Amino acid sequence: MKMMSGAAMVVQTLNDLGVKHVFGYPGGAVLDIYDALFAQDEVKHVLVRHEQAAAHMADGYARATGITGTVLVTSGPGATNTLTGIATAYMDSIPMVVLSGQVPSQHIGEDAFQETDMVGCSRPIVKHSFLVKRAVDIPKAIAQAYYIANSGRPGPVVVDLPKDIVNVADSHPYEFPTDVTMRSYNPVTKGHSKQIRKAINAIMEAKRPVLYVGGGAIAAQAEGEVTELAEKLGCPVTCTLMGLGAFSGVHEQFVGMLGMHGTLEANKTMHNSDCIIALGARFDDRVTNNVEKFCPNANIIHVDIDPASISKTVNAHIPVVGSVDVVVKQFLEELTNEDLSKQVEKQADWWEQINSWRAQQCLSFNQESQVIKPQKVIESLYKHTNGDAYVSSDVGQHQMFAALYYPFAKPRRWINSGGLGTMGFGLPAAMGVQFAHPDATSVVVTGDGSIQMNIQELSTCLQYNLPIKIISLNNRALGMVRQWQDMIYKGRHSHSYMDSMPDFVKLAEAYGHVGIKVDSLDELDDAMARCFAEKDRLVFMDIAVDQNEHVYPMQIKYGAMDDMRLSKTERT
Amino acid sequence: MKRIISVLMENAPGALSRIVGVFSQRGFNIDSLNVSNTDDPSLSRLTIATIADDKVNEQIIKQMNKLIDVLKVTDLTESAHVERELMLVKVVANNEATRSEIIRNVDIFRAKVLDVDATNYTLELTGAKEKLDAFIATLSHNATIIESARTGICGLARGERALTP
Repeated sequence: MKMMSGAAMVVQTLNDLGVKHVFGYPGGAVLDIYDALFAQDEVKHVLVRHEQAAAHMADGYARATGITGTVLVTSGPGATNTLTGIATAYMDSIPMVVLSGQVPSQHIGEDAFQETDMVGCSRPIVKHSFLVKRAVDIPKAIAQAYYIANSGRPGPVVVDLPKDIVNVADSHPYEFPTDVTMRSYNPVTKGHSKQIRKAINAIMEAKRPVLYVGGGAIAAQAEGEVTELAEKLGCPVTCTLMGLGAFSGVHEQFVGMLGMHGTLEANKTMHNSDCIIALGARFDDRVTNNVEKFCPNANIIHVDIDPASISKTVNAHIPVVGSVDVVVKQFLEELTNEDLSKQVEKQADWWEQINSWRAQQCLSFNQESQVIKPQKVIESLYKHTNGDAYVSSDVGQHQMFAALYYPFAKPRRWINSGGLGTMGFGLPAAMGVQFAHPDATSVVVTGDGSIQMNIQELSTCLQYNLPIKIISLNNRALGMVRQWQDMIYKGRHSHSYMDSMPDFVKLAEAYGHVGIKVDSLDELDDAMARCFAEKDRLVFMDIAVDQNEHVYPMQIKYGAMDDMRLSKTERT
Repeated sequence: MKRIISVLMENAPGALSRIVGVFSQRGFNIDSLNVSNTDDPSLSRLTIATIADDKVNEQIIKQMNKLIDVLKVTDLTESAHVERELMLVKVVANNEATRSEIIRNVDIFRAKVLDVDATNYTLELTGAKEKLDAFIATLSHNATIIESARTGICGLARGERALTP
């Protein structure tokens, strides 16, 4: 058996688990681990400028690949700085392991220098956590952390490592654990056969079915199964903000994103459906609007790997606990005995209705405006990236514009903080994407508010030569806040503007990158072309967009799914 | 509606805080909480008394089950079960009239006198929650209660049903 220090064990376990990248920041409690990292080349460490960004990078890395992201930070502030990133991953069920340093065991509880109870601080926002007490337990704790993070409903796991157990001067026997199973943790992947049968009966009886696809379909890599099911049934498909790309955004059966800023046709389709087949979606408040008025005539089939997500907000008539890929395969198997052509024929009227909603063109906007419309920027971005970029987003109006105007044909291309809505997520997430896919086009769609929340990472981008393309929709305001203030607070723009905006072009240049400013529509296309011609450089596009533009459609509070404003003056 | 939820979990550090955390984090209410290791020292058993409607109760059970350290969860109130709670209560007993009235109540409720002091008695009573409430109410008519401590409800299903790993 190999003998090594606790610090070496940490690195060796990561290596044995196949971890390629660790995003982190050194400090007192983890200096031993950093010393062990220094001694090898297999596990690559990425030095960030702020620990929150390390968590978002690991998160973006995981979203783009399905591989668990890894974070390494020191105790105290290093650990607490990751909390927003951990919460972001938790809300969107992203697999992540956070290794946090801790003060030496004998000082725990003494309010020692840089001590915080990381297991306690992170408890409500992790899937699980470990405080490792002995060096010999390090390999198993870390291996179990990865197992838990990326099985069942994925999520972040914290492993807290006291400094004394990772001391480089000590020596312990190292053994990579072969068995990481736990008697108390047995996630279910296969749906119950009786429930599958019930679901198929409901589907075959339906006249107006719809597939409502969420992030669970992406986590389960179920895009193939979902597409096959959709095509067999010939029914409309809508995706949640988290599910975009699980079913192609350019498929003729796709009716767009649903929810608060969903398309008219998606929300109308849901509201009028008689059978909703929810696949890895959780009926959250940004989708359902008023649950009392939610889809009154629908039989709801809810497929989810997390039983606690089923009937949490909206009651499911047919719950199916299981992984989306496995359950949809079971559906497809069961459907082989059914006459599907009849089901497709039955939907002729349904499609006629859906096409009439589509004809209203809820996403149309003023194409000629010389003041650049944010929608126009996203359309231009789509054109210049052939719709094939990895698009990471921050949070706000630009996020909704990107979700609505950049159709994603593939899963894992749309990287955004859907559940927590974390401003400052976009840039570090796009960096994680770029580390995972060095040759891909990694774009950030952001705004002048969000980008300033983690702008220090421009420095990290230079250090690692990340040729990210930052598309900043600069409206000199916190656009979504301003939109709500326009709509609900009679235009009282309380603290939703910034009077001291930096010169973003100079800022990008100061960090060693390329900056491009765009002020009018005439310049947009050329500037975008210049941006994507810079293959090896980070380009920051500071694009002045219409300050008064709102995101539409938008659900009306307390209403049904399809009670929507379609513009500043029209509503359903 | 009153519920008694039994949870079997790993006897691991921090496990209890995860359970309690779910209750505070999700706005569920805890009436009483009883916890100790079982005949198998690697396992802890919790009994949580709560007031919840069907929807909330379903969520409580699902959220408990979701915790990695939890092996099994059951709602004892769903079927026949036995429940007990233990209470210690210290009362002022500084004159003959009060003392004999206390002893009468102790006899009626089948309580025990656990400790006697010059000025007070410490009593022990085991029973269902309602019996303990009634004892406190009766005692307080004739004696001054100094302090009391209750274990919270602890229960098991009747018959062959059992919560085992």
